[in-house]
Amino acid sequence: MDFSRPNFNQRIVIRNGRVIDPTQVLDQVADIYIADGLISNIGNAPVGFKPDMEFDAEGMLVIPGAVDVCARVREPGQTQKGNIHSETHAAAAAGVTHLCCPPDTNPVIDTRAVAALIQERAYQSGYAHVMPIGALTKGLDGQQLSEMHSLREAGCIGVSQLRHPVKDAQVLLRCLEYASTFDLIVFFQSEEQSISPAGGVHAGPTATRLGLPGIPECAETIALSRDLLLVEQTGVRAHFGQISCARSVELIATAQAKGLPVTADVAVHQLYLTDDMIDGFNSQYHVRPPARTEADRQALIDGVKAGVISVLCSDHQPHEAAAKAEPFPTTAAGISAFSHFLPLSYEFVRTGVLTESEWVQRIAMNPALLIGLDAGHLSMGSNANLCVFDPNESWKLSRDNMVSQGKNSPFIGRTLHGRVKLTLKDGALSYRHS
Amino acid sequence: MTPKTPPHQLQLNEHGQLRHFLTTEGLSTELLTEILDTAESFVSVGKQAVKKVPLLRGKTVVNLFFEASTRTRTTFELAAKRLSADVLNIDISTSATSKGESLMDMLWNLEAMDSDMFVVRHQASGAPHFIAEHVTPSVAVINAGDGRHAHPTQAMLDMYTIRRHKGDFAKLNVAIVGDVLHSRVARSQVHALRGLNVGEVRVIGPKTLIPADFEGLGAKIYYDMAKGLKDVDVVIMLRLQKERMQSALLPSESEFYRLYGLTMEKLAFAKPDAIIMHPGPINRGVEIESAVADCSRSVILQQVNYGIAVRMAVLSMAMSGQTEVAAQEGGV
Repeated sequence: MDFSRPNFNQRIVIRNGRVIDPTQVLDQVADIYIADGLISNIGNAPVGFKPDMEFDAEGMLVIPGAVDVCARVREPGQTQKGNIHSETHAAAAAGVTHLCCPPDTNPVIDTRAVAALIQERAYQSGYAHVMPIGALTKGLDGQQLSEMHSLREAGCIGVSQLRHPVKDAQVLLRCLEYASTFDLIVFFQSEEQSISPAGGVHAGPTATRLGLPGIPECAETIALSRDLLLVEQTGVRAHFGQISCARSVELIATAQAKGLPVTADVAVHQLYLTDDMIDGFNSQYHVRPPARTEADRQALIDGVKAGVISVLCSDHQPHEAAAKAEPFPTTAAGISAFSHFLPLSYEFVRTGVLTESEWVQRIAMNPALLIGLDAGHLSMGSNANLCVFDPNESWKLSRDNMVSQGKNSPFIGRTLHGRVKLTLKDGALSYRHS
Repeated sequence: MTPKTPPHQLQLNEHGQLRHFLTTEGLSTELLTEILDTAESFVSVGKQAVKKVPLLRGKTVVNLFFEASTRTRTTFELAAKRLSADVLNIDISTSATSKGESLMDMLWNLEAMDSDMFVVRHQASGAPHFIAEHVTPSVAVINAGDGRHAHPTQAMLDMYTIRRHKGDFAKLNVAIVGDVLHSRVARSQVHALRGLNVGEVRVIGPKTLIPADFEGLGAKIYYDMAKGLKDVDVVIMLRLQKERMQSALLPSESEFYRLYGLTMEKLAFAKPDAIIMHPGPINRGVEIESAVADCSRSVILQQVNYGIAVRMAVLSMAMSGQTEVAAQEGGV
């Protein structure tokens, strides 16, 4: 693997790849030319173009770089789990050129300084754009509005309370009204904490049998229902992240049908995991929200296919080994997810659930549109943020080939189909697999 | 994907013998019966002038209790000593884990002291399973109660008590009453009763104290004592903790007692010779009437006595199965 430093002056040609860009209704085998960080042309070489680097992408897909709306980089404050350098490295290796990091850093992203620090370090590392999501309330304490306008000025693409409760509905109402004032998008991770015990798994037969704390489906849907009513009340743009159950898909579809400004994403691992997989108390399956039933999993897939869930995200959460080396209920929740992000999401193309174009929409185009980002497309003259993905290469995920500092994944040992071969960020090589 | 080994597979060696004892789930009728038969052979040890047998002589058993339990720890200690083992009791409240040491580091340190067996009580479900997965092959792990998951030795001493008084499991109806939701004992009892091919297992309690999917374990659910106790041969009462009232699971002790407390009046729904059991410690006037707890059909104190023999059986069987595995893997 090559993690050479970005070089913005390179002229690059990617030959013979299948270039897919839903924004242009483009799907054709073509050469793509990059110079000065921009996409110069797709098809014929621009006049006088002399490449510094050529890449033969025959049989591969050339797609916009993935835009990941939820990925932890763990900096500042949790560098034992990862840091901006290591995790943007991992993002580049996963074909991700832009990622949104949630505000639960330490300190929380509730000041311009923290937002600026994250972007500065990401810029210095050079492997992926990191766009912070600001805290909805100061310190995520659920009590006092954050300085949302300042946070937006400092580069935050939205605000979120994550799974930290806002117990007082009046406070939440005011938060949403204030965010709506500036057309800020609010990222919800709906969860009613009073019925969502720590260390829990889906409240079902497995939880009962193993005696693990059960998190019922209604922990998500109660909060989601309240959040949707407040969205309707305030008119705020709302994005519901990492939903986990069939009923949530229904609720969001109903809201969308009513014309509410509501979108949703699902973490790719939720499309694979079910609660019965934790049978052996395997803490690698400890995720939040919990993996639910097969019926929920199928409903989530159907939601992705129908477009109710328009975005796929990684929900990348690297952890140090010790965070998972405890009895299941006391371990940290989350999966180091970059490595499987594209291969497992592409699996739905292989199985006919999505077309290639729909897949690109859900991993790049739609998330870019969601956050108002000029990315997720391959337009000529735009910044060359793209990824070359070989859908035919099979490989086995192991701790050694995970680029992230976190090696926590239930998919270790699994054969993945499809591999990121090349990633360009603003026309510079940020990853090349060899 | 790579799920780890389910507990019921992890605890057996290739010959189907116990190498750890983590749960009663998935154990064969033969193995469950073997545990009871082995316990039978140990019952008389406590009656001898010298209350010891040399089966675990030279072995070191470590009682690792992360959660307070005088009764269970004492019976394990007594069982290990009657098997001639050296016993080490680790007081977790003053141990290294409370100073920030990880569970793994603590285990490796104890292993380095050449321990042979860990008896583990932990507040987290799956903790003994986690430990069994990470210890060296020469160490056996016995679950002395983990979270809401399992308390297999308690369940086996209950099975022993039932067999002593009632004989053939296939002809029996057994009712388990009370806080099933939080009860590791109830889960292990249901698995053991099903494994021993009991006639019918019932659980009785309010919906707040019975997990919705509990029938999946093979038990019938009743919310009414009169219906649930009808014609049962064994009534197992569970302990009700007072904090359950503060977490909106029950309105009051008195209402619980009125609806689900075992009184002579309610006991009349059961068969006339039904026995009454309780894992202890009992709350008189909350889950059981004093007159019932002390009546001739109550076998509560006998359960405690049989507990030592059953734990001797489990300790000796697991050590035997573990030694065989360790020998094959070069661990001893």
